Amino acid sequence: MRYWIEAGQVTGRGASEKGVPMRVQVRVNGVEHEDEVEPRVLLVHYLREVVGLTGTNVGCDTSSCGACTVLLDGESVKSCTLLAAQADGHEVTTIEGLASPDGTLHPMQAAFREHHGLQCGYCTPGMVMAAVSLLAEHPSPTEAEVREGLEGNLCRCTGYHNIVKAVLAAAEAAPAPVGR
Amino acid sequence: MTTTESRGFVGTPVRRREDPALLSGEARFVDDLVVSGALHFALVRSPVAHARIRSVDTTAAASMPGVVAVFTGAELAGDWLGPIPCAWPVTADMKNPPHYPLAVDEVCYAGDGVAVVVATSDALARDAAGSVVVDYEELPAVVDLEDASSDRALVHAALGTNRAYTWELIPDPDAVERAFAEAAHVVSERYIQQRLIPSAMEPRGVLAVPEPFGGNLTLYASTQTPHIVRVMVAATLGMPESKLRVVAPAVGGGFGSKIDVYAEDLLAVALARRLRRPVRWREERSENTQATIHGRGQVQHIELAADAEGRVQAVRVRLLADMGAYLQLVTPGVPLLGAFLYHGVYDIPAYSFSCTAVFTTTTPTDAYRGAGRPEATYAIERAMDALAAKTGIDPAELRRRNYIRAEQFPYASAAGLVFDSGNYHAGLDEALSVVRYDELRAEQADRRARGDRVQLGIGLSSYVEMCGLAPSRVLASLNYGAGGWEAATVRILPTGKVQVVTGSSPHGQGHETAWSQIVADELGVPMEDVEVLHGDTAVSPHGLDTYGSRSLSVGGTAVWLAGQRVLDKARAIAAHQLEAAEDDLEYTSGAFSVRGSPERSLPIQAIAFEAFTAHNLPDGMEANLEASISWDPPNFTFPSGTHVAVVEVDTETGAVRIRTYVAVDDCGNQINPLIVAGQVHGGVAQGVAQALFEEAVYDEAGNLLTSTLADYLVPSAADLPAYTLSSTVTPSPTNPLGVKGVGEAGTIASTPAVMNAVVDALRPRGVTDIVMPASPWRVWEALEASSGETDKEVGA
Repeated sequence: MRYWIEAGQVTGRGASEKGVPMRVQVRVNGVEHEDEVEPRVLLVHYLREVVGLTGTNVGCDTSSCGACTVLLDGESVKSCTLLAAQADGHEVTTIEGLASPDGTLHPMQAAFREHHGLQCGYCTPGMVMAAVSLLAEHPSPTEAEVREGLEGNLCRCTGYHNIVKAVLAAAEAAPAPVGR
Repeated sequence: MTTTESRGFVGTPVRRREDPALLSGEARFVDDLVVSGALHFALVRSPVAHARIRSVDTTAAASMPGVVAVFTGAELAGDWLGPIPCAWPVTADMKNPPHYPLAVDEVCYAGDGVAVVVATSDALARDAAGSVVVDYEELPAVVDLEDASSDRALVHAALGTNRAYTWELIPDPDAVERAFAEAAHVVSERYIQQRLIPSAMEPRGVLAVPEPFGGNLTLYASTQTPHIVRVMVAATLGMPESKLRVVAPAVGGGFGSKIDVYAEDLLAVALARRLRRPVRWREERSENTQATIHGRGQVQHIELAADAEGRVQAVRVRLLADMGAYLQLVTPGVPLLGAFLYHGVYDIPAYSFSCTAVFTTTTPTDAYRGAGRPEATYAIERAMDALAAKTGIDPAELRRRNYIRAEQFPYASAAGLVFDSGNYHAGLDEALSVVRYDELRAEQADRRARGDRVQLGIGLSSYVEMCGLAPSRVLASLNYGAGGWEAATVRILPTGKVQVVTGSSPHGQGHETAWSQIVADELGVPMEDVEVLHGDTAVSPHGLDTYGSRSLSVGGTAVWLAGQRVLDKARAIAAHQLEAAEDDLEYTSGAFSVRGSPERSLPIQAIAFEAFTAHNLPDGMEANLEASISWDPPNFTFPSGTHVAVVEVDTETGAVRIRTYVAVDDCGNQINPLIVAGQVHGGVAQGVAQALFEEAVYDEAGNLLTSTLADYLVPSAADLPAYTLSSTVTPSPTNPLGVKGVGEAGTIASTPAVMNAVVDALRPRGVTDIVMPASPWRVWEALEASSGETDKEVGA
């Protein structure tokens, strides 16, 4: 999980006056987007309201819940801790970009379904993205490492039991990743 | 056309059909719905707990960019035919102060709405809301329950008291007195049920979309109760109910907090009607913590009178219950949902319960997962452990001695209920065996003897709940404002596909999957041929929605019964066309055939097509294969179980770690064990959260100090253990599916299990209670406070 201080080093091109719309170019799920946004617009609101991808949810206003987790250049970030401007020139993957184009679920999504790792589903997109990032970093985590690794993502329905089970199962099933 | 074997879906862990949409981001929650031209509104909320409103100046806000309209409470006062509804006047003389979507003269809690700003975006509406100037003349805040009950300062001066009502259930006062006079052992305990913030991961949201002509309006709401919201919003706004459609799209959890009819629901409709534009509102988390109901909030006094063998002869309970500033939809009824269960799973002949409800200058309380029953179970289960300590009887043995025995069912309780079925001894035996109770006690003795820094605690909790919120006549006797039935329709379409319409409104429980399992088995059709429709009053006009673990036992049963009526119709059509008597037909594998002549057969799909063409139907038969029913059960259902928490308590830091958690639940027959387990996991987590982490904290001035998820500790995966589940199955005789309900069980059982474990670990150190949540600080404090006795008792 990358936090905002580090992400803040991702500088947007062309600083903007307060309130004056600025141009951002972001590759979202493989598609190039170029938009004018207010400087104060958060990445999550940009994704939801400008790009129109509403799978990424907002669950709090203190960067505590992780419902808005997406991948920025392959690494999980809470998209409420970034301005859209900070994603300028970068690549974002949201939950909509995870499954294959033919609709086949990503192994992590499939594991969540197989192990009943979701109930209401509101935290799920963020939880799945965080889990994908976790396994990219730690391909064979212990149960304790999964629990620690998902600490920034809150779920109110599942008690986490089946989420942890799903992530461990996905790790078990996945071939050891090359690179990264 | 398919004819299939009955697949035996019921009872198997079918993977949920809800999941692909939720996992791919395609599910639509209220805030995901795109409606062009929609305006956004934001509320100006009181930053103080209690104040007279001297003036509200909206001029600056009204001229800000994007602002379309600003309204004060006074300006909208004419829009309401009545106040925000409370549907449960528990006593005839209950005090119910008027509560409007926006306050006019006085605010009574921090978060109370004062004005509303409508603008072209959410951000602009919130910007402008910050520029509305309100002049408050502060009044005294009242936060503490016992302080409030003294009437030192009044929340609503016009009422002359802070006491909303006193409700008693004392069937035989003399028997109670006698039992206490004759008791060999008496325990008298005082427990605090701290306030909790339900914290569904999706905050609330509403979107009101007026139709272009004719005054019809659709309200999309993040609610558990679209049907109730429709009735109540129409009544409160004086609009014809027929012109209001309420849709609950994907709903991101509720846990009771989305049962209510809220100010923002009413404001959305009122503003959309005034402005003739779609309007929407999304709740921020810091609003959710203040403007959405809280749960729990009780001071409990419980006394047990026991004979020399530890058999409890009487239970006497006095509660103070926190209503908050106003009575929301079922606020006053929450303590009553526990009022009948303070004897727990025990055969206790004498019963006394009394509850006084008080107003405080805080966010209103209402039903939160378990609603009244977690509080009751906590009190009796903690008190049973206190009695075990007093008598020197092992807590498991004491429970065993006092349980209602399997042969006593149906059991008429001293509180006036008839428990449908149960086998409490079996649940305890299973739990003790899974957790290896004797070994744990040996380890505990060893650690105590060694004076180990980390002490082991073993906490038991046996529970029973009344679920289903059912027989309408019983609810009437409690002055509840609605019935307890549920509605369902099953229709087989001309192509043989099946539509199931349910009045129950899921928000994570998996109804679409479970209801499909029930109907696919019943009709002998493939599960994928069954579609379940819900959450839209235009599609399912009748319903009483989802709360109180009622969906399956009431709503699922209604679905099954509607399926039976469809089969009755189909049987009549088949008999007519096969030229056989109905009694000579048998229904197997989705087809009617003549007994003894299996070649004379009609599959259900063919019958559906015959019903559609109506070319050859029996006289008087309607041209459809459809049936609608509403089901009003004869009794509540009574799920039960025993949970065991095993904790390690660091006596130097106060840190508590749950080492093992075993849950043995009996929810009757299980339709989908995967979903049952998920409900238990989540329920246990919420109960553990009450025991160890969560508390809505107000300062003396009535400011909520835990208004964000950074301050209010919803536990993460790292804070919680894995759970070991088992079950016993005692079918309920009160519905044909034999089901009982499981949505609240984990929450009810786990809080006392964990707290009994923590206290059990520290009892030799003189600790007899810790006020929840048992944070390291509280545990450490309790150890410090009792350290005087420590030296005498360690190693005892």
